[in-house]
Amino acid sequence: MTDDPDHKPASLLQQDARTKARNAAEKRFRWYGIIAIAISMIALVVLLATILTAGAGAFRQTYLNIPVTLDPAVLDPKGNRDPAEMAKVLTLSYGRVLDAAVEATVARHGIRIEGLSDKDIDGLISKEASAQVRDRVLAEPDLVGQTVEFDVLTGGRIDGYFKGRVTMDSAARDSNTSPAQLQLAQELANRGEIVTRFNWNFLRLADASDQRPEAAGVGAAIVGSFYMMLVVLFLAVPIGVAASIYLEEFAPKNRWTDIIEVNISNLAAVPSIVFGILGLAAFINFAGLPQSAPIVGGLVLTLMTLPRIIIPTRAALKAVPPSIRDAALGVGASRMQSVFHHVLPLATPGILTGMILGLAQALGETAPLLLIGMVAFIRDIPSGLPQGLFDPASALPVQVYNWTQRSDPAFIERASGAIIVLLVFLLCMNVLAIWLRRKFERRW
Amino acid sequence: MYDTNRRVENAVTPKDIKIQARKVQVFYGDKHALKDVDVDILDKTVTAFIGPSGCGKSTFLRCINRMNDTIPIARVEGEILLDGEDVYDRRVDPVQLRAKVGMVFQKPNPFPKSIYDNVAYGPRIHGLSRNRAELDGIVEGALRGAALWNEVKDRLSEPGTGLSGGQQQRLCIARAVATSPEVLLMDEPCSALDPIATAQVEELIEELREQFSVVIVTHSMQQAARVSQKTAFFHLGNLVEYGDTDDIFTRPKDSRTEAYISGRIG
Amino acid sequence: MPLSWAFFASFLLAAAGYILGRSRAFATAGPDARALHSRPTYHGTSVGLMALLPSLGVLAVAAILRMAGVLTDETGPVVGILALVAAVIGLGLGVTRIGRQYQARNAVERMVLGLLMLCSLIAIVTTLGIVLSLVFETGRFFQVYDWKTFFFGTEWTPRFQGNSQLGILPLLWGTLYVSAIALLVAVPIGLFAAVYMSEYASRWVRGFVKPAIEVLAGIPTIVYGLFALITVGPLLRDYFAQPLGLGNSGTSVLTAGLVMGIMLIPFVSSLSDDIINAVPQSLRDGALGLGSTPSETVRQVVLPAALPGIVGAVLLAASRAIGETMIVVLGAGAAAQMSLNPLEAMTTITVKIVSQLTGDSDFNSPETLVAFALGLTLFVITLALNVVALIIVRKYREQYE
Repeated sequence: MTDDPDHKPASLLQQDARTKARNAAEKRFRWYGIIAIAISMIALVVLLATILTAGAGAFRQTYLNIPVTLDPAVLDPKGNRDPAEMAKVLTLSYGRVLDAAVEATVARHGIRIEGLSDKDIDGLISKEASAQVRDRVLAEPDLVGQTVEFDVLTGGRIDGYFKGRVTMDSAARDSNTSPAQLQLAQELANRGEIVTRFNWNFLRLADASDQRPEAAGVGAAIVGSFYMMLVVLFLAVPIGVAASIYLEEFAPKNRWTDIIEVNISNLAAVPSIVFGILGLAAFINFAGLPQSAPIVGGLVLTLMTLPRIIIPTRAALKAVPPSIRDAALGVGASRMQSVFHHVLPLATPGILTGMILGLAQALGETAPLLLIGMVAFIRDIPSGLPQGLFDPASALPVQVYNWTQRSDPAFIERASGAIIVLLVFLLCMNVLAIWLRRKFERRW
Repeated sequence: MYDTNRRVENAVTPKDIKIQARKVQVFYGDKHALKDVDVDILDKTVTAFIGPSGCGKSTFLRCINRMNDTIPIARVEGEILLDGEDVYDRRVDPVQLRAKVGMVFQKPNPFPKSIYDNVAYGPRIHGLSRNRAELDGIVEGALRGAALWNEVKDRLSEPGTGLSGGQQQRLCIARAVATSPEVLLMDEPCSALDPIATAQVEELIEELREQFSVVIVTHSMQQAARVSQKTAFFHLGNLVEYGDTDDIFTRPKDSRTEAYISGRIG
Repeated sequence: MPLSWAFFASFLLAAAGYILGRSRAFATAGPDARALHSRPTYHGTSVGLMALLPSLGVLAVAAILRMAGVLTDETGPVVGILALVAAVIGLGLGVTRIGRQYQARNAVERMVLGLLMLCSLIAIVTTLGIVLSLVFETGRFFQVYDWKTFFFGTEWTPRFQGNSQLGILPLLWGTLYVSAIALLVAVPIGLFAAVYMSEYASRWVRGFVKPAIEVLAGIPTIVYGLFALITVGPLLRDYFAQPLGLGNSGTSVLTAGLVMGIMLIPFVSSLSDDIINAVPQSLRDGALGLGSTPSETVRQVVLPAALPGIVGAVLLAASRAIGETMIVVLGAGAAAQMSLNPLEAMTTITVKIVSQLTGDSDFNSPETLVAFALGLTLFVITLALNVVALIIVRKYREQYE
């Protein structure tokens, strides 16, 4: 080999042809990696950008500022200002009062637009507006008879026009609006009567019917999600930590323990929808718990989250070196004492991180909740605890799904807005987890 | 600290010099791991690097075929000439360099492939054979060169990881030899082996010397004395003394060398 | 919660037991607490637990019996009183046991250990619950519907009036088609990203890209679903399907597959990253020392060595893809058909589980019960994939430990 007489030591300073080809292959390979990472990054950016641009509109809402003359003849026919009596007056009557108010405002500004019908003028405001005014009047009966300034919701199409979703072209093809109506809205906006501002109600209100996207909010869904997270927190975390302690510290190494371990890692990979089927069969059909209730959702998510809490908790316990246990046993502590006094406190940061990430995953889970009836249309925010656990409720991700199933494109904006809310919660939880990890990270 | 005259005394003729190191410095981040190392390594000779742990002997060995490139925080200064060409020259491709300067590591690290594929790996990537018969020849030659042929010739397709520790290390030597290097670097090649396997590898090193320049890092002074003709003693990142092995072990010139070989530091 | 009063009363009794036991222990010990075998706190805890555990046990058993229909709602007060009686007996028993020689700490630790063990059994109970509920309802389904038609039928047309065709094959086809596309996207991208990150990327790049990929992993699937619905679907329809004359649908196999692929990238890449990093550095050094380029090292040494682990990771990813619901619900469509055209809407097992079980369901009709048979099929497929993957990955880990 080396005695080969033809073998001339080539200079190191020159690359031979083969090395050049190999280096080219090397470069290509590197590029594949860069391209793969670039694709992932672009996907992430496009995904977030789409959701943010589509959902930003949900946080802004267009209102029409009009003086409404609260006609006693219509709103309080008995004339005694008794809220119980006034409650009998339906929103329909308020609608007529409001229609008159809008028409008066248009007339006051002397706006004339070709082809503008009364329907266009009345359609300027949301159907939800009459309920808005009615609620206010029932709360303050003395307002009747006065002329009060109201910021009422504009209709979904008008709102969409100011957010760029609805254009003159699309309005011409739309039976729910018309170019003339949009012109009128523009005129009113020019005069400062229509304003677009931050939409706190999106975070406060419950869902609205599919005719009124402008009034739909995520309030009820946030409460529902919060209740479910409480259930998960109070069930999955203690049970998960207890199970991890048993498996990691006390369980004898035998077949039975092995079965439990394999079981847990398999449960972590069971599709979430299967947990939904379990919830439906076990909690609703068998145990008779109510549909759509946060307690059921919480229980299903608890079962789903358990293995996802157990796995990191066991890792955290395992990371505590045996010398700590030996030290505790050496001064006469029992095994139980060594675990609860020494090992567990040292593993706490790791356990907390795993717990938060498990909760974050549970918060974003949708599929199992669809099966236990959480897709139902929920108009009311669930009551306080503990009764609220059994009230019908929605959840943030389910609310998103719900809105995607409606025909009005305005609900896509709401769905994306709800996702932004969800992502903000997830972001907070993840930042908390990272902070905990950084602050308490310990290397042995 | 290092007296250059001593090299002159050893009467090295330039024609025999394979590797010349000049003012080699290595930094790991802020740590100055190797300071001003000057050494000439001869062709067809076994050179042993000895010294206590962390003295820089392995670091210097890894500079010769630029394995330190794989450590992101390592930085090398000075020059190392292989046949008069600086291996740290910008134009040098470490891939080509490593084909000429082979390396055997502390722990046997056969690839999880067959014995044949392990040995054929280098020739394949460097395109040393035109056909299967030639490759077979190279593999056989390398395995014979590593004194392993008779033990494995009937099971070339079995995984290399199934061999015993000593066989694995000889397989790694065969793997390095198969690319026909000019220099063979060995980083404590026997530290993971039992005495019998160690003896086999040492015997092998003696034979390899006929073909290449062999540089061996070792912890064992007895091993250095047994296998090498030249010895370099490193201490705290400095090359303290370099000379004929006999001289180093019998008439050390530096008090630190003497302290080390008599077991007082280490 | 009709029995919450009994529940809270048990806790009150337990607290009383703790205080009683503790003071009793102090009294027994006299001036020197060291005369006791266990510290007074343990005596207190022992009494408290002995009061609490039996009554909670009674309540739990009663709750299960009531769910099973053995007990009626009217038995509530009886059960509550029974629970309290159990608590009082336990408390009394606990108090009488207190003495200098009584090993209260050991007793408490035994009880706590029992509780810990009970918690670890919940995982088993969950699995049993899943299997039982699926098998039981599937059994009912096969009583009203022929199993051969279900497993080998190529038509899926549920009708409210009855006489539905409920063949699983078109759903299985859609599921596998979407999953295959997802894996075709996710495996190369995830693998190359992992290789680049572990073998090439500078620390700066890693510090930036790794968290970004983790963000991708933390995004809920409903978000990916919406992304498929409002962005990817229309994009593919307007720029590929319509110009090429391949369809007119906003939802399609390709839409769901692409988006699911994006979702799986972090899954594949983080698993591969672990696996690649488990390959010992000495193997890389060996290859580099022979003069291979880094890419040759990766392709010819690292990846072959990591292959079993990577196969395991791909199987896990496949199991995820098959069980994924929200992306296909929003992205793939609802049309049960077996077509090769990836730009057509098709549907999957999970989509049909959702559509058959949401809304008003009659749990005696085959149209509803079929969802459980679909669920069982899904569970068996994913379980098989997971078990095989876990065995492979476990074997692989042991190889380098």
